[in-house]
Parts: sequence; C-alpha cells; structure tokens
Amino acid sequence: MTASNSPHAPASHFDFLHFRRKTVNFVMLSLTAICTFVALGVLLYILGYLFVHGASSLSLDFFTKLPTPVGEAGGGMANAIVGSGKLLLIAMCLGVPIGFLGGVYLAEFAGGKFAFLIRYVTDLLNGVPSIVMGIFAYTIIVLPQKHFSTLAGGLALGVMMIPIAVRSSEEFLRAVPLNLREGSMALGASKTRAILTVVIPAAKNGIITGVMLNLARVAGETAPLLFTSFGNRYWSHGWNEPTAALPVMIFTYAIAPYEDWHRQAWSAGFVLLSLVLAINVFARLVLSNKKHVAR
Amino acid sequence: MGAGPKPASSFLQRLKGGDEVAYLITCIAASTILALTALIVFELYHNSAASRGKFGFAFLFSSTWDPVNDQYGALPFIYGTVVTSAVALLIGIPLGVGAAIFLAEMAPPKVSEALTFMIELLAAVPSVIFGLLGIFVLVPILKWLEPAIRAVLGWTPLFSGPFYGVSLFAAGVVMSVMIIPFIISISREVILAVPNDQREAALALGATRWESTWDVVLPNAFRGIMGSVFLALARALGETMAVTMVVGNDPKIKASLFAPGYSIAAVIANEFTEATGEMYTSALIELGLVLFALTVVINGGARLLVAAGERNKT
Repeated sequence: MTASNSPHAPASHFDFLHFRRKTVNFVMLSLTAICTFVALGVLLYILGYLFVHGASSLSLDFFTKLPTPVGEAGGGMANAIVGSGKLLLIAMCLGVPIGFLGGVYLAEFAGGKFAFLIRYVTDLLNGVPSIVMGIFAYTIIVLPQKHFSTLAGGLALGVMMIPIAVRSSEEFLRAVPLNLREGSMALGASKTRAILTVVIPAAKNGIITGVMLNLARVAGETAPLLFTSFGNRYWSHGWNEPTAALPVMIFTYAIAPYEDWHRQAWSAGFVLLSLVLAINVFARLVLSNKKHVAR
Repeated sequence: MGAGPKPASSFLQRLKGGDEVAYLITCIAASTILALTALIVFELYHNSAASRGKFGFAFLFSSTWDPVNDQYGALPFIYGTVVTSAVALLIGIPLGVGAAIFLAEMAPPKVSEALTFMIELLAAVPSVIFGLLGIFVLVPILKWLEPAIRAVLGWTPLFSGPFYGVSLFAAGVVMSVMIIPFIISISREVILAVPNDQREAALALGATRWESTWDVVLPNAFRGIMGSVFLALARALGETMAVTMVVGNDPKIKASLFAPGYSIAAVIANEFTEATGEMYTSALIELGLVLFALTVVINGGARLLVAAGERNKT
C-alpha cells in the first residue's frame, strides 16, 4: 500500500502488495490450522488425562462394592452403576416410543404448518437446559409424592430423550428412497403396511444408532438427577426410592474434601467417559456410516 | 397425505388398511411434544407463583439473596450467567470459527471428516466430566498462569483482586471448551454449504485463498455462523455441572473475573435440595423459569438463523 517510498525497482509497489497479500494469506490460514489443532489438542489432553488418571485408580471393588461410610477408604459404586442402568431403562421406555412415533409422523404423515410447529417446538425442547427438566420432573413426581425416586429421575431423562429421538428417527426415515415406498404401495400395500414392512426395516440401523447416541447423551446427565433421583449410599429397591447414579456420584465425590473420594471420582469419570465414547464410536462408525447426527 | 375430510367409504377402507389408526397414533405422539412443552411452562409458572407474587419484576433486579430472611433477587446469578457465557464466547468464537474455516476450506475432505468426527466426540463428553477436569486440572493450570495473565491484563479491573482458582474466569474457560465443538461442527456445515461457484469466481479474479474465504465465503455463511454462535450461547447459559464445580458459588456481583461468582443453573443445582420453605423453593423455580425463557428466546432465534443459512445450499 505505502510501498511508493521504496526507490529501487519500478514494480515495487505491486510487489509489496503482492507480498502483503501472500503473507496475510499464509498467516491467516496457518491460524485456522492452529485453531483446529488447539481444539483437537484439548480433546486428546482430556482423554489422555482421564484415561491415565482414571484407569490407574480403577479396581474390581469399584464395580462390585457399595460406597463405604464417610471417611473410610475403599468401597465402590456398584449401586450407582445399577442405578444409572435403571434410570436409563425408564428414560428409554418413555422417550423412545414417543420420539420414534413422533418421528414417523413427521417423516411420513405430516406436512405444512403443523409439521413446522412440531419441528420447531421439538428443537426448542431440545435446547431447554437439563436442570430445568429436573425442576419439571420434581414438580410432577417429587412434589406430590414428597420423596425423591428413581421414577422421577427417569422421567427427567426420558423427557430429555424425546426431542433427539424425534429428529433422528425423522432424519433416518427420510433417508429411505421414495422408490421403496412407491414400490410396495404399487404392490397393493397400504401406506401403513409399507411403512411397517419396508420403510422402517430399511431405516432400522439408523434408528438404532439414534437411540444409542441418545442414551449415551443422557447417561452423562447430572443436573436433572440432583433433586429427582437424589442419590443413595445403599441399594435402591424397586422404582420408588431414591437411587445413586454414576454422574451424580462423580459430582458428589469430586467436590468432597476426601482424597480417596477424588480417586473414586476419577475412576467413575473414566468408566462413564469410556462408555459414552465407546457407544458414540460404535454407533457412528459401525452401525451407520452417517457420521454426523442431529442434535 | 393428511387425514382431511374424506368420504366415509374411503375412510373405512383406510381404517381397514390401518392408515387412519397409524396416522392417529403417530399424530398423538407428535402432539405429546407440544403438550409436554406447554406442561413444562405451566409447571414452572405455577410453582413459582409465591415468589412472583411477592417480588414481582423486582426479582430480576434485586441483588439480595438471603434465604434466612426469605428475600430473593436474581441479579447476581443473571450477572454470573451472562459474564461466564461472554467469556466462553470470547474464547470459543475465534477458535471455533477458525477451526471450522480450516476444516471446510483447507483440509482435504478425508482429513476434514476424520478431524470433525473427533471434535464431535468432544461434544459427547458429559458436562460433569468437564467439571471434574475443571477442578483438578484447569484450576491448578490457571493458578500457575495467574502471574502471566496479571502481567498482561492486570491493569484492567477485570483481572484484579485475589485469585483462588475457582472463579467466573475458570467457569468461562471450561464452558468455552464445551461449546467449541458445537460452533465448529455447525459452522463447518454452513461454510461447506456455500456454493463452489463463489469460491471459483473469487479465485479466478486473482484472490488468494484467504481473500476468497474472508471476503466471499464467510459473508455468505455469516447468518449460519451467527446461528451456530447463538446455539452455543443457549447451551452455555444452561450449562450446569461444569460451572457449579468451578465458579466458586458466591452470590456477589464483582467486576473482576478472578472473583468467585454464581450462575442461575448453578444456584438451582446447589440449593434446590436444601431449600426449606415454600418461598425459597418458589424463588429457585422462578430462576428456572428465567433460564427457560432465556434459552427458548435465544434458541428460537438461532434455529431460524441456521435454517436460513442452510437454505443457501444449492
């Protein structure tokens, strides 16, 4: 730009501009690469740290024993692992059917303004903070019953599963080619029959992927469980008692002042993260070659 | 497609084939979502009646949070939520958009796919695990970095006062790590959706790679990128666990980012089970209502922006 004060080559004005543009090009593109590697570096650092720290403090006791009384070393989180399983089971029974059927409706039946409204509200529901879902489950179940329960925790997680279940089933059903539907209807099948026997089987892998990713997401949710399933240092019997859950245990143990609890928090973090990432990798790479999914 | 008015015989026929039944069942499931959302709004509104009635709109502007005397105001929490989210965006936007540009414009498709897959895994990490790492890894690192940060930025009131590690700043940094994958994966898709002609035309006119990206592609993708930023913001506002674990949990309004603070989600998480008395619980639920309204507004806008951005797709 201000290269005219260079007395040497007559083409120096052009050269300087050229040089400047090349430099900006190089610097900015390098910066974008650096951004990418910083983001990746953070990921690898998190995984590495957790795996080294978590795996080294993991023992068999973690999976088989109950938590010990405060201040006593040792013990495990067997009840929290079972508790998380129970919560996820309730959540799945609640969230998947509603979400899946809603997805079928959007993909196969709906059109126009009502479908737009449902999609929009589903997306909004998806964006509602998980802690608000916790309050919702609290007002619906805990408040009338006057005690915390597995059921309330499951309800909170189940409601959180619905929006993703809707959008992922819709997406995978839509990916089934129109020819298949037309073919089966040309053979005399009713629309419902075509959906049940042709479209859904064709979209099966995708739908299962969606459910697995969905479960992996709510499995790590802590906030909605704090005042619904609450926590429990012993086994939780049936569905109407408070229960421990793995993510809540991580939180409780991490903020507690005991060294041994911190160690166990790392173990629990390691187990939880391994599970979540394994499901993610498996579902995305093996079950479906569609790597990016609706959120 | 739909079940508009049909002649009776046709309806019976379709009923036999199960079409009307299937339509009805799936339609009920879809409507459940609307009903559920309405129910959430109702429950939050209904159960915060005591607090709304007593404090009115002053609730939003009062900075007193005194459970002992049953006086509640949301300002410290709103302040903390806004400040931590702002820090997260300040760090997250440049990094996220930069990485998205690299992945969409520079990296070969296969490399881009692989790296994006890994970054999206980062989005799957539960927030309590970010909190765990925040307490035991990030806070010590920040304490170690404190002299350096003070040397560079210490002259501003933002980085003054004592620093104990847990602070608004730490919460913002953890949150930035959590929102970066969202910004990257959505922005990348929006940038990829810009038609190739645009790039080719710019390059044919002699633009460098960066000029074609900065002057041509990004303006085209601007709306979508803004959408991704707002989606990330909505996520940051509602983020609970990681913030609760590193923000310091102190309901005071301080200018310094080094000071401990509090956020709406964090106070609900910490105090809900301890809340004794109707007014206390009611005030916490009203905070939930505020958070709900905030995220719905931002999400609603963001979804419209992203949809508008993707419509550019050829």
